[in-house]
Amino acid sequence: MTLWLERHVPKLVLAPSFAAILLFVYGFIAWTGWISLTKSRLMPKYDIEGVQQYTRLFDAPRWDVAMNNLYIFGALFIVIAMVLGLLLAILLDQKIRTEGVLRTIYLYPMALSMIVTGTAWKWILNPGLGLEKVVQGWGFENFKFDWLVNPDYAIYTIVIAAVWQSSGFVMALFLAGLRSVDSEIIKAAQVDGIPTTRIYTAIIIPSMAPIFLSAFIVLSHLAIKSFDLVIAMTNGGPGYATDLPATYMYAMAFSRGDLGQAASSAMIMMLVVFTIVVPYLYSELRTRND
Amino acid sequence: MKYTVFAAATAALCAFATTSTAEPQAEVLHWWTSGGEAKSVAVLQQEFKDAGGTWTDMPVAGGGGDAAMTALRARVLSGNAPAAVQLKGPAIQEWYEEGVLSDISSVAEENGWADVLPAAIAEHMKCEGHWCAAPVNVHRVDWIWANKKILEDNGIAMPTTWDEFNAAAEKLKAAGITPLAHGGQSWQDATVFETVVLGLGGPEFFHKALVELDPEALGSDTMKAVFDQMRLLRGDVDANFSGRDWNLATAMVMNGEAAFQIMGDWAKGEFLAAGKVPGEDFLCASTPGDGYLYNVDSFAMFEVEGDDKVEGQKLLAKLIVGPSFQKVFNLNKGSIPVRTDVSLDDFDMCAHTSAEEMASSSANGSLLPSYAHGMALRGAQSGAITDVVTAHFNSDMSSEDAVKMLVDAVAAVQ
Repeated sequence: MTLWLERHVPKLVLAPSFAAILLFVYGFIAWTGWISLTKSRLMPKYDIEGVQQYTRLFDAPRWDVAMNNLYIFGALFIVIAMVLGLLLAILLDQKIRTEGVLRTIYLYPMALSMIVTGTAWKWILNPGLGLEKVVQGWGFENFKFDWLVNPDYAIYTIVIAAVWQSSGFVMALFLAGLRSVDSEIIKAAQVDGIPTTRIYTAIIIPSMAPIFLSAFIVLSHLAIKSFDLVIAMTNGGPGYATDLPATYMYAMAFSRGDLGQAASSAMIMMLVVFTIVVPYLYSELRTRND
Repeated sequence: MKYTVFAAATAALCAFATTSTAEPQAEVLHWWTSGGEAKSVAVLQQEFKDAGGTWTDMPVAGGGGDAAMTALRARVLSGNAPAAVQLKGPAIQEWYEEGVLSDISSVAEENGWADVLPAAIAEHMKCEGHWCAAPVNVHRVDWIWANKKILEDNGIAMPTTWDEFNAAAEKLKAAGITPLAHGGQSWQDATVFETVVLGLGGPEFFHKALVELDPEALGSDTMKAVFDQMRLLRGDVDANFSGRDWNLATAMVMNGEAAFQIMGDWAKGEFLAAGKVPGEDFLCASTPGDGYLYNVDSFAMFEVEGDDKVEGQKLLAKLIVGPSFQKVFNLNKGSIPVRTDVSLDDFDMCAHTSAEEMASSSANGSLLPSYAHGMALRGAQSGAITDVVTAHFNSDMSSEDAVKMLVDAVAAVQ
């Protein structure tokens, strides 16, 4: 009896959450995949019609804009947030006195919801209300910073707000990484007279590779699913210049009664996530098998 | 097994409960939750209660009705739809095709709806010949609002053609005044666009292009001229228009920061709420050109079970189109009654203009559904057009490219 329990209790305990995940995650992924192959409009229909929703999706100029925006936003956001986070972490790591206070200050934006961040930056970057007006008021009449309302540059303002929000968090990740580097090695390097920059580039940063990977995974999933920031800051505008795949999907599913189209865009988003996560899982599993 | 017994018991209990109360009841799903709108719907609620009914209010705010539609989908999928839902235009037909709307022809015939409603609008309320929805009001979309003082100071008359408008805009720009108050949200871009289509193309062209989606009309030179005009209008708005809400644009006209606004007659509510007087502080006129674009709010009636609910639905339909509600509601909301036999004594001059032109355009066939406000086309189709309009307005796209894109976009959602 006890043997039976020993063998089966873990499975029994895990069963409910396993079943729930199976249904609510993978079940609904399958359902969305199915719907994406139908002509569903307002309500779901279940007659499979083929891949026409996907051809429609790839023909839609708005989807092109959304995907391009995802690449621009994702790449800039991840790179800038990581570089800035690392820089902040290294500067904070110089055993300065007020580190606790500074760390809190930099980490604080993370405590705000994206809606608040978006609304605040919308006001800051609004040319008639925020930065541009203030600087012009100081006497710099020719100062111009209208990226928020310029369709060619609006997506970069989203990057600014997202970086502001997340770089503190990345800094915290890297700070933890820096602290975990064996101090004996660093001391040995210092004794050998190796310059500090070289200690960082040759010893500390390479030993933090796992932290880079975690930061990358966290930031890239933030980028792909970002929705609320765009909704709050530009609502996809001007025009649909700042549309992202998530806002495209929302518009199709909930404003336009075009479920099939929304489902196909959701599937493409999932594929994008897979192309990032699968190599990560692969590398994780491989190291464990070694 | 236990659950089916339990369910059967609850169902029996409910059935018992519903048969024991004979009074009419109705659950109403709507998104009229802001100040003036909430007051307007409270009027209906009161009338329903006075007639002995039980009203279950289901207000779902958010997303301009998107949230309400999501709630409705969930309710319909679970087989428990509300009695009446705020729906309009082709959306009524879309839900009818899902087989969930009920037939209220008996109420309509009893109360002679066919005689008092304009034919074009009555057509929206019918599903394959029988009545399935009740109209509430008529908003006119093709209005142009103006600050009277600015026009007088600059010697400008209310424009009656788009060329006159462009000339006035040049004059205003020279005087340092923003000619057009506009909010850069896609639906506002679409609102301006459809008034230009109507003005430059005329009612027949409007019907061909934005109702029938005739590819020839969509790709025509007239459409190119429409996009040319949109490009001119883009130069008439201030630099900071992106994302501005419509009521803030109205406030610009009110405060003398801008001369004109093109917006439906809900803008009038903003003027009136600020204590402005039509004809003295601000002017209203139809946008340049002939025709009348309507945006009719209505309640679609969903299939319900139980005598009390069916009764409640019928009572509700009767009250909605009844003359007293039509008058009180529309005075609150800034629109005009959908019935042509309601006295307009208490309404302002803009409402009188609206009612007169509705009657005359109904007679000559230029009473047309607004595409920008979901009266002419289904969501996916109107959305595809709006995408092109807003992309053109917010970039330096050429009119040729815009026309080509428009034809492609519409073909993709046919």
